[in-house]
Amino acid sequence: MSILVKNVTKTFGNFTALDNVSLEVPDGSLLALLGPSGSGKTTLLRIIAGLEVADSGTVLHREEDITHQSARDRKVGFVFQHYALFRHMTVAQNIGYGLRVRQAPKAKIRARVEELLKLIRLEGLEARYPGQLSGGQRQRVALARALAAQPRVLLLDEPFGALDANVRRELRQWLRNLHNTLQMTSLFVTHDQEEALEVADRVVVMNEGRIEQVGTPNEVYHNPASPFVHHFLGNVNLFHCRVEEGMAYIGNTPVQLPAHVSRDAKTTRVYIRPHLFEIEKTPDGNKSLHGTIKHLNPAGPVVKLEVTSDWGDTINVEIPNERYRALQLQKGDEVYVRPKEMKFFSDDYSI
Amino acid sequence: MASVNRRVLPGFSLTLGFTVFYLSLLVLFPISACFFKAGSLSFEEFWKAVWTERARAAYVLTFGAALIAAVVNTLLGLLIAWVLVRYTFPGKKLVDSLIDLPLALPTAVGGLVYASLYVEKGWLGQFLVPLGIHGAYSRFAIVLVLVFVGLPFVVRTVQPILEDLDPEAEEAGASLGGTRWQTFRYVILPTLYPALITGFALAFARGVGEYGSVVFVSGNMPYKTEIAPILIVARLEEFAYSEATAIAVVLLGVSFSMLVLINLLERWSMRHER
Repeated sequence: MSILVKNVTKTFGNFTALDNVSLEVPDGSLLALLGPSGSGKTTLLRIIAGLEVADSGTVLHREEDITHQSARDRKVGFVFQHYALFRHMTVAQNIGYGLRVRQAPKAKIRARVEELLKLIRLEGLEARYPGQLSGGQRQRVALARALAAQPRVLLLDEPFGALDANVRRELRQWLRNLHNTLQMTSLFVTHDQEEALEVADRVVVMNEGRIEQVGTPNEVYHNPASPFVHHFLGNVNLFHCRVEEGMAYIGNTPVQLPAHVSRDAKTTRVYIRPHLFEIEKTPDGNKSLHGTIKHLNPAGPVVKLEVTSDWGDTINVEIPNERYRALQLQKGDEVYVRPKEMKFFSDDYSI
Repeated sequence: MASVNRRVLPGFSLTLGFTVFYLSLLVLFPISACFFKAGSLSFEEFWKAVWTERARAAYVLTFGAALIAAVVNTLLGLLIAWVLVRYTFPGKKLVDSLIDLPLALPTAVGGLVYASLYVEKGWLGQFLVPLGIHGAYSRFAIVLVLVFVGLPFVVRTVQPILEDLDPEAEEAGASLGGTRWQTFRYVILPTLYPALITGFALAFARGVGEYGSVVFVSGNMPYKTEIAPILIVARLEEFAYSEATAIAVVLLGVSFSMLVLINLLERWSMRHER
């Protein structure tokens, strides 16, 4: 285990940023801390880096307790959201800083800087100042600077947050490839679920200072452990259902209750992802939800439908373009949608 | 074809015109009058007026004392600005407003107070003079009052820059393995250079031009504690107006070239801003 966080709590005044959080980061993994703002993800990252001190709890690196080590002794590479490059130093001086303060020989610094410039594909720009670079270039310099002194782990705080969409997409693929090459244990903070699912091997979903779920992108997307995770990762339809005699009723359509929902419950919640519906123009026994198409958007590979159900809820449905053309769907059409997969959560969960 | 005015705010020609006019009236005109008056001397007369032994001693003292005081003020000013920006302590607001006092106080008052404190019978002088520290009627006394009158400049130029510093840059310095001293020396200090140089230049210029306080603390002994502005007044009292302006021209020339030099230095320190 590269990094082990045990029972860490951190408060800022009345605000609890982290509430008894424990986390294991396996060696060589690329882990995303995902959550909305205020969920404590950046605080956790800063505590691992030693830039913030936990009120209680411990941080270990390979069984060594580093809770009370200062940031400079932790040998951690930290990449800041707004780069935090030294404006008065050239690109080469920025990258070499971590070696310079450790009194590395000049020739060694120069060699390492050249190697890193090649890695971040900015050869020839070593004499520029940060003010003369684009946002994406600055972020790559910040990354090279963090990597220069061979840190034990690499921590990135919203690394692509300040960049525009195209550069973002390009840089995160590049980061993924870089991680495959270097195999360095890395953690990055993001509030963008797409980014977390695409780049990380493991995703840690955080909410209100607690960890909701840890898992592979596949696990957290397809088997969300809580309603919060379900909501936060991708679009979802939520139905409040009444429970009668072992069946839940979505509107008037009965569905079988799974074993984990108590038979005594009066109500339950059902979550269905928009792409997990079959759509028909004819009724399909008693298994389909009936409604009228209120709005449809056929641009793109999937067609997005808004269906107003008989009992008034709006159902968001996504179907492949071929299916849409085969059925010749129009606004105002009556349709029957059948859920293929459902997730049940008892009503005592709160979001 | 009519040219299209692409400026957001109008009035460039008006404001520039006013600036040139105003500067001419306030600065250029009096200075050229000074040069004109000095120009009534022949070169030999001019040289005789400005290059006497007494005048040379006065130049060295004027620029030397101003330079030393500006250096002291740069170091102290940085320290004070640092304390005011980085820490909170009771009475901070009061200390902050005390900084500007030397600007508001008639410098003559400052000079009188310093002199009375440091003379042999003064509150401080009674302890310091036996130790050989003469804080009045000496060259040291001149430096002392120049430090007093120049105090606000470095503090007030450095303070806003320190306040705007990016805390993340310091955190980056620390997480890259730098000690606190290294972070200060390599990360913080270089970003303060332009402000420090500006503050130094202001304090230095103020020191060269200071008259009111120095006249009370220096004792004005020719060759020893007589600064150039006092020498000018002495010449005026002898009705040697042209000679007085000649010395003023030398002061102006030296000050101007030093300020140009400082400006170049400042530009160099800002080279990363493009």
